[in-house]
Amino acid sequence: MCGIAGIIYRNGNGGRPLGADMTRMLQSMKHRGPDSTGYALYGPASDLVLVRFTLADANDPRDFEFTERLERHRAEVEGRMRELGAQIMNIEFDTEYAFRAALRYDGDLKRLADYLEDVPGCEVLSLGKSLEIVKDLGDAESVADQYGLGKFEGTHAIGHVRMATESDVDISGAHPYWAYPFADVAVVHNGQLTNYFQWRRRLERSGHRFQSECDSEIIAVYLAEKMSEGLSLEESMNASLDDLDGVFTYICVTGDALGVAKDEMAAKPLVLYEGDDMVALASEEIAIRAIIDHEIETYDPYEREVLVWTR
Amino acid sequence: MDALVGERRISYDARGLAEPTAEVPNVAMVDGTAAVFDAAPLTTRQINLELRSLVYERGVTDVTIKNPGSKHSLGVGILTRCRITFEGSLGYFGCGLIDGPEVHITGRVGWSACENMMSGVVVIEGNAGSLTGAALRGGDLVVKGRVGARSGIDQKGGTILTLGSAGSMTGFMMQRGRQIICEDAGPGLGDSMYDGIIYVGGKVKALGIDCVPGEWTEADTEFIERKFRIYGLGSPPEFQKFVCGKKLYNYDNLEPSERKLVL
Repeated sequence: MCGIAGIIYRNGNGGRPLGADMTRMLQSMKHRGPDSTGYALYGPASDLVLVRFTLADANDPRDFEFTERLERHRAEVEGRMRELGAQIMNIEFDTEYAFRAALRYDGDLKRLADYLEDVPGCEVLSLGKSLEIVKDLGDAESVADQYGLGKFEGTHAIGHVRMATESDVDISGAHPYWAYPFADVAVVHNGQLTNYFQWRRRLERSGHRFQSECDSEIIAVYLAEKMSEGLSLEESMNASLDDLDGVFTYICVTGDALGVAKDEMAAKPLVLYEGDDMVALASEEIAIRAIIDHEIETYDPYEREVLVWTR
Repeated sequence: MDALVGERRISYDARGLAEPTAEVPNVAMVDGTAAVFDAAPLTTRQINLELRSLVYERGVTDVTIKNPGSKHSLGVGILTRCRITFEGSLGYFGCGLIDGPEVHITGRVGWSACENMMSGVVVIEGNAGSLTGAALRGGDLVVKGRVGARSGIDQKGGTILTLGSAGSMTGFMMQRGRQIICEDAGPGLGDSMYDGIIYVGGKVKALGIDCVPGEWTEADTEFIERKFRIYGLGSPPEFQKFVCGKKLYNYDNLEPSERKLVL
């Protein structure tokens, strides 16, 4: 089933706590997906490159040398960052296996991501100037507590609660998906794509790499590739309505925009609230009510609709 | 009414249906036959228990529920005549399986509102999600905003009146009853419908399979004017009528055993 949510503040952040708002939205949709929860949050843009990566899963067996192995792999990751000319300004961890690094780096992002991913167990969740993807097992409140997201301030975000159907319950199966290797692009998706392997082969032939076996990852890479060919976010999303087959409602975010698209059957739900100060959208209205206490006007977009807002 | 089933104590509500563990919160302010309560601090089950207890046990005929907060499955399975007002919005499956009540919702509703409603009236001031009035059997469902996709899917009776527009596959596989859509309708209108009538005031993006324009009669004018009069909606716009083309009718009236005798 899964639940998706998106939020974009129209005038800066208006003093609202982005991380706490998104947590409330996702927690109210826990019944749509209790397996894992993920966030793609956009903080203030910096001139540093932010890397979120994991070295293990929450439910990996803690065997004899688990901690030593993590230490070793982490040292290897840091070594590889330096080797490619990145200056590590800061590296912090919220759990023993999930890290956030801030780098001064102006080289090729794909080269960096590929090189880091070759470290055993390493998965680069996101790369960008303002995008930070956090995902883990459990409901929104436990993930937000674990990663201290309640205090996260920013401009826009998307989130996902997952009920695993097609692949395993682990971090690589959780949304949002970063558009590897394009900076600051992420997607959450509710639905199933039926021409996944076709697109995966096509994109792999043009040199892209996929981190998971999940159909939703295609959307992120597909859109980012279209945008890198010079199309706008809206044009790319419109093209996806014909290119992607299956049922979907997905939300795509970039450094300064948030867009949503629905398939031609309008098979998956989405409720939309467009206010003067913010746009909030979610699979169920109960999520929007969780952050707005007054009476509001909301509606369900129709089939083949693409809507984009910039902050 | 309590009973022991195995080791577990199961209590039954006013209609003799099992409602394990939850208890009626008894928070409504009752004034004669009218009652009002705030749903904000209550769970879905508590809200429904309170509502049922009021209309079945405490002789209340007019209930106002404040702050429903888009919770799912509110006001379902009410099988008696009464008046219910929701001051706010409902989530999924609102007012499903009802038989008799007059319901007024001042906000909007999510997916599958009034699913399998048997009789009564539901008036929604705002918009409605997809699958509105799915498998509707009878009664009137009035949406003053717009409805999502597949409204009146598998409709078997009753009337769905929408003042706004409707999404794709409206009236998909409908078997009986009527839908009145005052503005535009999406693609696949009346796809694979067996019978029934769909009236559209605006443009139709595309007709579904075996849905064709129908011939307008006096009875159509009378029906639409009556519905607009009852709900105080002013004078109706001009409508086009769509019915089943019956090209997909590939069955006969014979039972399999009879067919053997004939053929």
